[in-house]
Amino acid sequence: MLLFLGKRLLQLIPTLFIVSLIIFGLQQLLPGDPALAMAGEERDPEVLEQIRRQYRLDQPLYLQYLYWVGGVLSGNLGESMRLKEPVLTLILQKFPVTLQLALMAIVISVSIGVTAGIISAVKRNTPTDYVVNVVALWGLSTPNFWLGIMLIFLFSVHLGWLPASGYVGPFEDFWLSIQTTILPAFVLGNSFAAVLMRHTRSAMLQAMNSDYVRTARAKGLAEGVVVLKHAMRNALTPVVTLGALELGTLLSGAVLTEQVFSIPGFGKLIVDSVFNRDYAVVQGVTLITATTYILLNLLADIAYVLINPRLRT
Amino acid sequence: MAVMDATVAELQHESPSARAWRRLLQRKSAVFGFAVIVLFVLVAVFAPLIAPYDPTQQSWGAIRKAPSLQHWFGTDESGRDLFSRVIFGARASLLAGVISISIALGLGVPIGLLAGYGGKWVDAVIGRITDAMLACPFLILAIALAAFLGPSLQNAMIAIGLTATPIFVRLTRGQVMSVKVEDYVEAARAVGNPAIRIAVKHILPNILPALIVQATLSVAAAIIAEASLSFLGLGQQPPAPSWGSMLNTAQRFLTNAPWMAVWPGLAIFLTVLAFNMLGDGLRDALDPKER
Repeated sequence: MLLFLGKRLLQLIPTLFIVSLIIFGLQQLLPGDPALAMAGEERDPEVLEQIRRQYRLDQPLYLQYLYWVGGVLSGNLGESMRLKEPVLTLILQKFPVTLQLALMAIVISVSIGVTAGIISAVKRNTPTDYVVNVVALWGLSTPNFWLGIMLIFLFSVHLGWLPASGYVGPFEDFWLSIQTTILPAFVLGNSFAAVLMRHTRSAMLQAMNSDYVRTARAKGLAEGVVVLKHAMRNALTPVVTLGALELGTLLSGAVLTEQVFSIPGFGKLIVDSVFNRDYAVVQGVTLITATTYILLNLLADIAYVLINPRLRT
Repeated sequence: MAVMDATVAELQHESPSARAWRRLLQRKSAVFGFAVIVLFVLVAVFAPLIAPYDPTQQSWGAIRKAPSLQHWFGTDESGRDLFSRVIFGARASLLAGVISISIALGLGVPIGLLAGYGGKWVDAVIGRITDAMLACPFLILAIALAAFLGPSLQNAMIAIGLTATPIFVRLTRGQVMSVKVEDYVEAARAVGNPAIRIAVKHILPNILPALIVQATLSVAAAIIAEASLSFLGLGQQPPAPSWGSMLNTAQRFLTNAPWMAVWPGLAIFLTVLAFNMLGDGLRDALDPKER
């Protein structure tokens, strides 16, 4: 296990190095003088000079990269041009909001996706299976920002049950926090639920045809016990790891969901920064998101090995 | 019995592409998806002939009118006909879907062939770059790329294409690895064919089915990505119509003119659903295990 962990950690180094090169390289795509592009409307030579000094734009490219990556490694992701605050501070401020949204989305999508997947597998080739599959395809094909807009229209504008936008933290007012995040969390979890449903269905079908399930049935166990205790327990192992790999999609989805519901999280930060030409923030958020995703993948791999004893050797 | 024997003989002599077509046509959902795609392509190509109004023409006397016989889908905040805008919006979405995935295929397949066929070091370097690109969530990387390139439909297509490239690199590489040990590839090598010829003439045709399936499903993802970028203001720029940017505007008028949000969203949903259905059908039809 230690050897496996060591190998996987070593593999992270080149991946993280190339991720840093890609994200640093984004800056080179800016047309013309990067200092001018970063300054936006500002044309004051002093400001431009300050930007050139801050980002060391007058230095050779490899030195610019080394300074940038050196800063990143010491926790300095640069400073927001617009908000005049360190990028890391901004990210740390916004991250809990997105985390709450993502966790709620996971709870919603696991409850819907896994349950629907099990029902669909147990009722294979029946109208129920057909309906569940159609709903999953519907979930995969619906752009989440459109679903968000439609749900705002139904639950906020038409019925007046839930607020259309805004965010209240769970420690300020728990129930109001749930009210402001339940719709966005559902929207965010929608396509994830569809993915989970498909994974669960195929894993359950495989498990239901296995020898141990046949043996459990032969012992005369009730069908519910066979499905929930024998088949589901084994089927959920690959679902958990495959689900973890899909978490990156949740982070992408949060960008749009937060925009639709005006939630001041990670996603809204990157979009606002794009429009304010706050490139340091765009780079910082992309880097942190990619690193989070890489670490989630590592955790998924470890979980898979821990759950599956045959892979430990 | 004689009739059955004849049918079996016909099936045995059926070419792989004919067999795939037959299997595809047996799947109702795939046929439905294909029909919807053809319909949207026709709508996009003949948009000027179908659209009753100029999609950018403002009419201050017809602001936010509900659907009627005159304006089937209603009008928007500038009095523009929504039916015409949805029709012209199909152009941006389909173009973005097809062009960005063509970019991804054009870059990803040769790089994947190189990785699978080029030797240990080339494979290792390409593998690490692919891993790194796949580590950046699709939309966030596309947003970052579009932000640095500047907002426009063209740049959105480049951003989506580049972001989707590693998917095709990885797929092509994996397919090449499994095909290159086949006897016919060994035979081609034994008779002295150069590596490029083997890759293009012998390996590529055999990995095409997997690429077609992935490309179809990726077009669906690319259409959603373009709509997302346009929704955020990083894709098609106003006044040119795009389903994503129409939804962005619609959000501000949800109380007074909800129809503004219904039609462009429904158009995205239907197109993406059609590509997903066709992709699923193609996967089943081209799967060698089902033959």
